[in-house]
Amino acid sequence: MSGRHEAWFDDEAGPLVRSYAVTGGRTRSDTLGLDLITLVVALRTAHEAGMLEPEYARIIALCQRPVSVAEVAARVDLPLPVVKVMLSDLIEQNLVLFRTAAPAQESPNRHVLQAVLDGIRKL
Amino acid sequence: MASGNSDPRRNLTATAVKVLIAGGFGVGKTTMVGSVSEVPPLRTEEVITTASEGVDDLSGIEQKTTTTVALDFGRITINPDLILYLFGTPGQDRFWFMWDELAEGALGAVVLADTRRLDSCFAAVDFFERRNLPFVVGVNCFDGAYRYGTEEVRQALDVGMDVPLLLCDARERESTKQVLTSLMEHVMARSDLAAAQGGY
Repeated sequence: MSGRHEAWFDDEAGPLVRSYAVTGGRTRSDTLGLDLITLVVALRTAHEAGMLEPEYARIIALCQRPVSVAEVAARVDLPLPVVKVMLSDLIEQNLVLFRTAAPAQESPNRHVLQAVLDGIRKL
Repeated sequence: MASGNSDPRRNLTATAVKVLIAGGFGVGKTTMVGSVSEVPPLRTEEVITTASEGVDDLSGIEQKTTTTVALDFGRITINPDLILYLFGTPGQDRFWFMWDELAEGALGAVVLADTRRLDSCFAAVDFFERRNLPFVVGVNCFDGAYRYGTEEVRQALDVGMDVPLLLCDARERESTKQVLTSLMEHVMARSDLAAAQGGY
């Protein structure tokens, strides 16, 4: 997918300025409380969403089914803080829907625990 | 949230949960994640900006440092409405600040131990005990590594009898399944106990 872009730099080059430029230098996105396993799903295809920066279009394309914020970041290969800002933008534009995990203080629901246990046994 | 959306693809009814795989650097955490994940382990980078410590601040200018931490994780789709993520914790001690965010909302944790350097997982055991997060200890049996009995390991790590401790091979899917099954049984037993005591 991004193979042809990889030739001229490597990890040693450090983060690309581009990804921060896309977010206008913003790296804080605390208002929505997106975390690693917040699930996001696109409400439209990239085509339906119209003119978007390529990075945003890639995120929309990745979110055609529910995925976690961490997964989006890994697959677009951008640092988490950058992806959180970009997702926040898309959520504000009603292009992406998000669902946070249960509040940390809440004890996990027994039904969920049982489902996870059964699911692991069936693997 | 958006409403009036009839396309089932566009409804977000799914829930995500996470389990942590902790242990020292190079103990096999990512291997364990990969042995059961439905996708090859993914990697993402968290960037944290923290105020520098130990700097003589005579200038009055706040010193900041930026640290990048790589997180490896995998996914198991339990059912269309429930996704389990397995996160390997960063192995190096200097990334401790990431642990709080990782542990937030986690169902439980696996502490993966290497008998050749048990001390490398003391910190993880302490962390989960302090946070009261249920955990099990998986003793990863590397090829050629001397195999101690589970009770010897339990004593060395100083974990209570209530904490499940089992030998495993992080490369083997069945073995990792056993460890995760044991963890979830432990999590449920703890949750039942808390409910019985009126804790929740």
